[in-house]
Amino acid sequence: MSEIEVKSAVPMTPYVGMSNETIDGEIATLNLGPTHPATHGIFQNVMKVDGERIISSEPTIGYIHRAFEKLAERRPFNQITTITDRLNYCSSPINNLGWIMTVEKLIGAEMPKRVDYMRVIIMELARIADHLVCNTVIGVDTGALTGFTYMFQEREKIYEMYEEVCGARLTTNIGRIGGFERDFSPAFITKLKAWLKEFPAKFDEFDRLLTRNRIFMDRVIKAGPITAEKALGYGFTGPNLRAAGVDFDVRVMNPYCSYQDFEFDIPVGQDGDTYDRFIVRQEEIRQSLRIIHQALDNMPAGNYFADVPDFYLPPKAEVYSSMEALIYHFKIVMGETPIPAGEVYHSVEGANGELGFYLVSDGGRTPYRLHFRRPCFIYYQAYPEMVVGSMLSDAILTMSSMNVIAGELDA
Amino acid sequence: MAYLNNTELLAHLSQSLGEKILNQEDTFGMLCIEVNRNEIVDIISNLKSDENLKMQFLTDLCGIHYPDNKGKELGVVYHLHSLENNIRLRLKTFFSIEDPTCPTLTSVFDAANWMERETFDFYGIQFQGHPDLRRILNMDSMDYHPMRKEYALEDETRTDKSDKFFGR
Repeated sequence: MSEIEVKSAVPMTPYVGMSNETIDGEIATLNLGPTHPATHGIFQNVMKVDGERIISSEPTIGYIHRAFEKLAERRPFNQITTITDRLNYCSSPINNLGWIMTVEKLIGAEMPKRVDYMRVIIMELARIADHLVCNTVIGVDTGALTGFTYMFQEREKIYEMYEEVCGARLTTNIGRIGGFERDFSPAFITKLKAWLKEFPAKFDEFDRLLTRNRIFMDRVIKAGPITAEKALGYGFTGPNLRAAGVDFDVRVMNPYCSYQDFEFDIPVGQDGDTYDRFIVRQEEIRQSLRIIHQALDNMPAGNYFADVPDFYLPPKAEVYSSMEALIYHFKIVMGETPIPAGEVYHSVEGANGELGFYLVSDGGRTPYRLHFRRPCFIYYQAYPEMVVGSMLSDAILTMSSMNVIAGELDA
Repeated sequence: MAYLNNTELLAHLSQSLGEKILNQEDTFGMLCIEVNRNEIVDIISNLKSDENLKMQFLTDLCGIHYPDNKGKELGVVYHLHSLENNIRLRLKTFFSIEDPTCPTLTSVFDAANWMERETFDFYGIQFQGHPDLRRILNMDSMDYHPMRKEYALEDETRTDKSDKFFGR
């Protein structure tokens, strides 16, 4: 047995409990992806493996690149919301509302408190749905399918609630520039209240299945770790950064959408491994529930839209009867509303990190330049460094626990 | 804990950078400064190591193209963030499209690697010193940089979708 030379694009991290010796010195090249059931999306990694140990990994991305930034340069502002649906499609409403808030920042529109609270409810539901997918899939990748099947029923209920608000499930296009298309329906409130009552017990059951399960813990602890310093250098944000021990959350540091009104805790991990990422998400689901309860209980009275007639469509009945409403309707639909020139960066705490919108407007009907700061595009580049030296099965776990979403990665 | 505000940040920057700041403005609450591209890496690494600022997080890096700014057509936009002082800063640097090069930031931030590859892919900006400057989202055989403004999104010979009646 001899020491082999390990070549990778990034320096190798020593992996706890693993010997650096080869079995028989034979190195195989393995294509993990682009379409592989274990990667949950279109990700390709060309790996050099020695037995089951990964020596190097080279990710190729861009398989579902759809040129969103270029498309956005041709679309009026309200039509870009549908593009944002397709970034992180596990939590589309956060993307939608993040974009809408960016435009509202540019035009200087102030939202009524009610709109903020409604948005908070929708965004926290989306965060729960996203975290549920990610955490249950960590279970699936360790061989525990049960939690996945049960928690997907709960995610389905969240999707039904989206349907009550906007009519769509996956590509939600929720909200409008200036508020919401309509108020929350009584059916939505009923569903939400029923779900808030039922969900915690079921979620606790899921939690008991995995969190302190010895087999699961042995499997995920120390799998794909990253230090806080490395994570910051690699631009980690969201639960992945917090799992590494940095307590940064956009909702707290740069409050948007009245998040300062709510009381919630930011869970922080320590080792930045798969287990910590799992635990941080589990706790964030509980904190999101807390926020939803507060928003629902303290829902202010008022309008579900702001007074920005230049951007918010008038009621249809008025369009048919009032000249002014007809003009506004026409201008909004044709994208003829004057937009101020300027540059704005707005970020929201997406389900997998800081989702930023850098918008440059020259006063034209479309953005001059729109750049999406997609959290997983930035942190996925740390993946080779996180898996080199570990077992192939840990690489699968690391990827699912990082919550890399193909649509967001490739934009 | 008292966080820094833009006035304090600007005072700090004018003291440490002085003449190097070519332009500065406050855009929707974020301070934005323009600097020369030769100095960009030094400036950013100093901002990162500065004890009072600790701009230790690279939020975003992207390209931008202004075909009408002769001699300064292409630009790179950096968003830095100091998590401890909770303040963000935007830096910009512009250069001619004839000489689309810019020093790489990968020595300062690991995160700059893919962001610069993306910027190269879409704007053709050559980041000098980058360890692995290849296309990232588009296919390798592509022979142009699609986010530049000369590539219109739709076929310009089409007449059925004219915008001429709508002013802009």
